[in-house]
Amino acid sequence: MFKRTQPVTDPVTIYFEDRDIVAQRGEPVAAALLAAGVHVFRTSPLSNSPRAPLCMIGNCFECLLEIDGESNRQACRARVQDGMRVRKQQGVRALEENDEG
Amino acid sequence: MKDYDVAVVGGGLLGSSFGYGLSARGARTLVLDEGDNAIRTALGNFGLVWVQGKGLGMPEYAQWSLKASAEWSGFADRLRQETGIDTCFHRPGGFNLCLDDDELATNLELLSSLRREAGDGGYDYEVIDAAELKRLIPIVGDLAGGTYCPHDGHCNPLLLLRALHAGFSANGGEYRPRSHVNQVKSCSDGGFLLLSKNGDALGAAHKVVIAAGHGSPDLGRQVGLDITTHPDQGQVLVTERVQPMLEYPTNYVRQTDDGTFLLGPSTRDVGFDLSTESGTLRDIARRCTRAFPLLKNLRVQRSWAALRIMTPDGFPTYQQSDTHPGAFSFSCHSGVTLAANHALLTPDWILSGSIPREYDVFHPKRFDVQKNAAGH
Repeated sequence: MFKRTQPVTDPVTIYFEDRDIVAQRGEPVAAALLAAGVHVFRTSPLSNSPRAPLCMIGNCFECLLEIDGESNRQACRARVQDGMRVRKQQGVRALEENDEG
Repeated sequence: MKDYDVAVVGGGLLGSSFGYGLSARGARTLVLDEGDNAIRTALGNFGLVWVQGKGLGMPEYAQWSLKASAEWSGFADRLRQETGIDTCFHRPGGFNLCLDDDELATNLELLSSLRREAGDGGYDYEVIDAAELKRLIPIVGDLAGGTYCPHDGHCNPLLLLRALHAGFSANGGEYRPRSHVNQVKSCSDGGFLLLSKNGDALGAAHKVVIAAGHGSPDLGRQVGLDITTHPDQGQVLVTERVQPMLEYPTNYVRQTDDGTFLLGPSTRDVGFDLSTESGTLRDIARRCTRAFPLLKNLRVQRSWAALRIMTPDGFPTYQQSDTHPGAFSFSCHSGVTLAANHALLTPDWILSGSIPREYDVFHPKRFDVQKNAAGH
């Protein structure tokens, strides 16, 4: 659905679920995934419906992902780094008692 | 012949409750509302349906809140059946959390004063010590304790507003946004005419209900209604969504059905200022994370400010004009809690043309020092 307007000049590899994705260093994670044809970023907490980025500017919270083990990260505001591990945000975040920081 | 039996000025929680209740009784009702630029207290609510701690100095207000809490379940069911909108109302009882012994002592003094004042009409509460609190709410931090009141609950105030609007429309009510009323005029043949700033007629009705929040004082004075209010700013933080962990609403933290935590609300006198500010937000976050240390791990998604409609003593003011019978005004800050009463009970007052004597206590003549002194 989405096509890059500029070629990748400084490539890094990130991992989405079990897939390798080549992305431009420093671009938003959401942009990298959309360019790689990923259309479902998360499922909603109440109805489990599939969701994808809407605003791309940090307002809508539709693009939430688990990034390097951290839940509910906004994919449009996180920048791609080499070796980043990204998973779908499935439903609501679980919070453990020992998460206490 | 006027087009409407009643015109309600204001489409917030009060105006929408009256509109819904009046139209449900078959009254031809018009609600005139402003546009998106209005100061909308109804969009900034914390969502508590709260009784605990209310009414010191006016036991009738405590009773009125208690009555609303009792009506709320049926009210929420009715809105759901009529509109399909679930207002997420739950009433598991609420906790007033006390961080330290001083807070606990102050709170207990307040509740026992209320009990003394109210006599048999007082509401139930229990003192909960730190260990019991931890058992009932495993995620609380080390607090001094708290009090529990079984009449307290919470709801989603945005869905409440939406349900009232939907119910009003389904009842045949007429809602007109972007209709900022600037003048209220009584007509020579009875009834009232509502005009915009430019003098355009916005509607005419046999009766008028002024429920325009911070806009009420200017409108009321045109028809002999003396309304005094001031804004009291509250700021709220909302976190990301997480699994359900907190069933009970508390005095400053609650978890919504969506999984978000609401933290707040502050109270500040800053005039008509709707901006949030980091010092206040930091204080809210500090207090709430002391009560629930787990919240430190949550991302804050948004914050906002809203302006409560405060009367001089914080209690509701309800009145009908002596000089212009048929003109009513209602002002209060507890638009969520009292929504059930405003929708189910007050429409009869408006339609019958008189506020029952037992509610005289809510008349703002209580602020008239000269008159009160002369009476003694």
